[in-house]
Amino acid sequence: MSGHLPNSSYGAVPRKEDARFIRGKGTFIDDIALRGMLHGAVLRSPLAHARIVSIDTAAAEAHPSVEAVITGESLAGRGLAWMPTLSADVQAVLATDKVRFQGQEVAFVVARDRYSARDALELINVEYDPLPPLVDARLALHPDAPLVRDDLPGRADNKIFDWAAGDEAATEAAFAAADVVVSGDMIYPRVHPAPLETCGVVADMDQVSGRLTVWCTTQAPHAHRTLYALMSGLPEHKIRVISPDIGGGFGNKVPIYPGYVCAIVGSMITGRPVKWIEDRSENLMSTSFARDYHMHGEIAATRDGTILGLRARVLADHGAFNGAAQPTKFPAGFFHIFTGSYDLTAAHCAVTGVYTNKAPGGVAYSCSFRITEAVYLVERMVDLLARELGMDPAELRMRNLLRPEQFPHTCPTGWVYDSGDYPRALRAAMDLAGYEDLRREQAERRERGEYMGIGVSFFTEGVGAGPRKDMDILGLGMADGADLRIHPTGKAVLSVSCQTQGQGHETTFAQLVAEELGLSPDDVEVVHGDTDRTPFGLGTYGSRSTAVSGAAAVVAARKARERARFVAAAMMEVAPDDLEWSDGAWRVRGDPEQAATIGAIAMAAHSGLELPDGVDGHLDAGSVYNPPNLTFPFGAYICVTDVDPGTGQVRVRRFIAVDDCGVRINPMIVEGQIHGGLADGVGMALMQAITFDAAGNCLGGSFMDYLLPTAIECPSWELGATVTPSPHHPVGAKGVGESATVGSPAAVVNSVIDALAPFGVLHADMPLTPAAVWCAIQGRPFRSDLAITD
Amino acid sequence: MQIAVNVNGTEYSRVIEPRLLLIHFIRDDLGLTGSHWGCDTSNCGACVVWLDAQPVKSCTVLAAMADGRRVRTVEGLARGDGLDPVQQGFARCHGLQCGFCTPGMMLTARWLLDRNPDPTDAEIREAISGQTCRCTGYENIVRSVRWAARREAAAAGGADRAEAGTGGDAV
Repeated sequence: MSGHLPNSSYGAVPRKEDARFIRGKGTFIDDIALRGMLHGAVLRSPLAHARIVSIDTAAAEAHPSVEAVITGESLAGRGLAWMPTLSADVQAVLATDKVRFQGQEVAFVVARDRYSARDALELINVEYDPLPPLVDARLALHPDAPLVRDDLPGRADNKIFDWAAGDEAATEAAFAAADVVVSGDMIYPRVHPAPLETCGVVADMDQVSGRLTVWCTTQAPHAHRTLYALMSGLPEHKIRVISPDIGGGFGNKVPIYPGYVCAIVGSMITGRPVKWIEDRSENLMSTSFARDYHMHGEIAATRDGTILGLRARVLADHGAFNGAAQPTKFPAGFFHIFTGSYDLTAAHCAVTGVYTNKAPGGVAYSCSFRITEAVYLVERMVDLLARELGMDPAELRMRNLLRPEQFPHTCPTGWVYDSGDYPRALRAAMDLAGYEDLRREQAERRERGEYMGIGVSFFTEGVGAGPRKDMDILGLGMADGADLRIHPTGKAVLSVSCQTQGQGHETTFAQLVAEELGLSPDDVEVVHGDTDRTPFGLGTYGSRSTAVSGAAAVVAARKARERARFVAAAMMEVAPDDLEWSDGAWRVRGDPEQAATIGAIAMAAHSGLELPDGVDGHLDAGSVYNPPNLTFPFGAYICVTDVDPGTGQVRVRRFIAVDDCGVRINPMIVEGQIHGGLADGVGMALMQAITFDAAGNCLGGSFMDYLLPTAIECPSWELGATVTPSPHHPVGAKGVGESATVGSPAAVVNSVIDALAPFGVLHADMPLTPAAVWCAIQGRPFRSDLAITD
Repeated sequence: MQIAVNVNGTEYSRVIEPRLLLIHFIRDDLGLTGSHWGCDTSNCGACVVWLDAQPVKSCTVLAAMADGRRVRTVEGLARGDGLDPVQQGFARCHGLQCGFCTPGMMLTARWLLDRNPDPTDAEIREAISGQTCRCTGYENIVRSVRWAARREAAAAGGADRAEAGTGGDAV
């Protein structure tokens, strides 16, 4: 497997994408302007739960710049008032019966300019009959709870699903045999990915050809095309979805949102292109949130610190419509990887999903389908156990980590971890941090009444979803295609189904192909984000691009290389078996000077050269990659914090991250991905939460209320790496995009709780704002989410 | 109402609605889409441009307030046919991923280096602390600005700075 060795085309080469972005020449959704284009705006519900009595659009329609006003009723006439969600629920495109969360879409105005569209929203008069809202998920299954989804036939309560994994009896036995059992309750708050660019669309229905073109901020253009076809009845080959440059996704741009459908209908009605760009409040209040998991964990161990078992009960708040983006079989995503990186005897988890009067969506935000929540739970539980046992948390982890010889490892809930050397990564992080010195410093500071924390987390990710037999979204298998065309002069164009939102696919994927074909990455153009120009696949989220599409690209390149062997044999008048691929060319065995590069072979393949039977010329090749398993990146993180006991202010002094994502194709890009995820972790741990009051008012509806980390809150990240190649990925890569977001929140929280140990603090929920930390120090209860009462 | 604004050295005269925001004037009326809109509340800084010699968040500045003044956007960063060292630094040091915050970040960085040619990391972080990046964790933005400062210092030692701008690596 040459991919496991250092490669000539791999390495920290500058990104091809940057040339346009540093000049301000990117093309983001709001940069697209078509002739005659109209602008849409969405009227949203001010109430979390209310019956709609009437909607009067007459004044809006009379506005001189308004071309159309669309309501749920007008959509119902087209069968589009409701749309399928990614979890096979339905979601109102525009509300017809009642509104179920604050910010829900009620009407859509199409006007000649964006200001007029907004003006006209003010002219729509909606009469609401308020209903009691269900905001605290813990009350959702109470017999007196308001029923959120009375639209679903036969539904009498707010339960979406009960789901469990693991062996309950074996776990019970493990707990019975344990010397020590520690339990804890923790909330992983609702957070929002908040990409800097909000969501948006430009829809253009050509009424002559019947072709619909949708430019959209989508991480999954092919899946969107298929869903539009299924929803609207338009033939799929008449629909083209284009993802232009995307200003960050992080999972927020996976689903189809009502505004997209409204813009499409707006274009159908007016015969003109319609643009809709979300504002920031709309983005934060109505589009795909993440987490909102109420978790109870229990961990069982021997007195000497051998972990025996783990149990979790979870209440999952999915909001008003179950729009969670995850493979069908897994209603709680991959949460059941919650045994993490440890050698456990038994584990069992049970998750109950409920509806509430909060925004729909779920999963989104760089979480690898709920592995974020799983890692947070187990890493907090291990720290609680360490405290109970009086052991150093790093030592306790080291004692229980899976050993290299245990791979491939089947965890108690059935995941087969492909590869890993966990102790090496943890040791590397401890060395980089100077762990023992930090503990000495901490002890000295405590003597002086200073509160310094050292937090450790170790995570195992599962990415690259996924094997078709196990994973689909709405029936669409999670295999991805790649098409490679090699032009006569040896320049190549690779078309892939995934879609960059900043991950640098145009560079990394060119490097992948270049390496396989002995080309320069500059000779490989990567096409993505356009359903007319790329093969089918499910797109970019869950850290799946390198793991799935990257593999597809490599397989296609290797097919092309194999085709080239036969052409090269004809060129050199030798048998194909006499050739071997080395040093970027097909060479005659024993006479390596006699060789042909892909450039020369490509020209010959397009020429009149007589080729053997069965070889038709050209070198183009395609592939569909159906991953045999997930890949399992992992890492060890250490966070050093200083806490001001007077104000509760937390300063992240240092953050050490050792990541193992297998072979690194472009280490510069990999490190950039990790940096961003670490900042996310600091933000979630200390600042970010979408909270509500008891009436269901969203309290995080702007960047004044939903705080994101800036350069001040972030330390200078200290990175290390180990490389354990994936045994089943064609080049041994594993994927990295979400690793740091998955692994870092637990390290920050563990660090802060460690700093507060002298106060006897065992836990405090994220976000650890100054108020939350101060209350924890005082032993007072604190809830940033006013809707959740103890 | 009619306004006249000098944007990147070019005079533009337009009739606008008084309520028009500067960011929409720049993007929609002038077609300079390098500046971005991100939040409406002056928090994210995707819309940062220079108004005269000062970075401002153009989502909370009325276009009318720019009447008779100079605006500099990302499209006006490069000098002649050469990239500004700040632009080179962002490409060299992987200071951007999705590219959405990048124009605003670069304009603030240019402003900083014009006043403080040798900033510490803490000074760089403070300068960009009114702006949000969701991708980079800021690390490589700081490195990019530092790279530009060093490039300019090196150039100042030998040649003039404009030359450094054109003498950089092609990106």
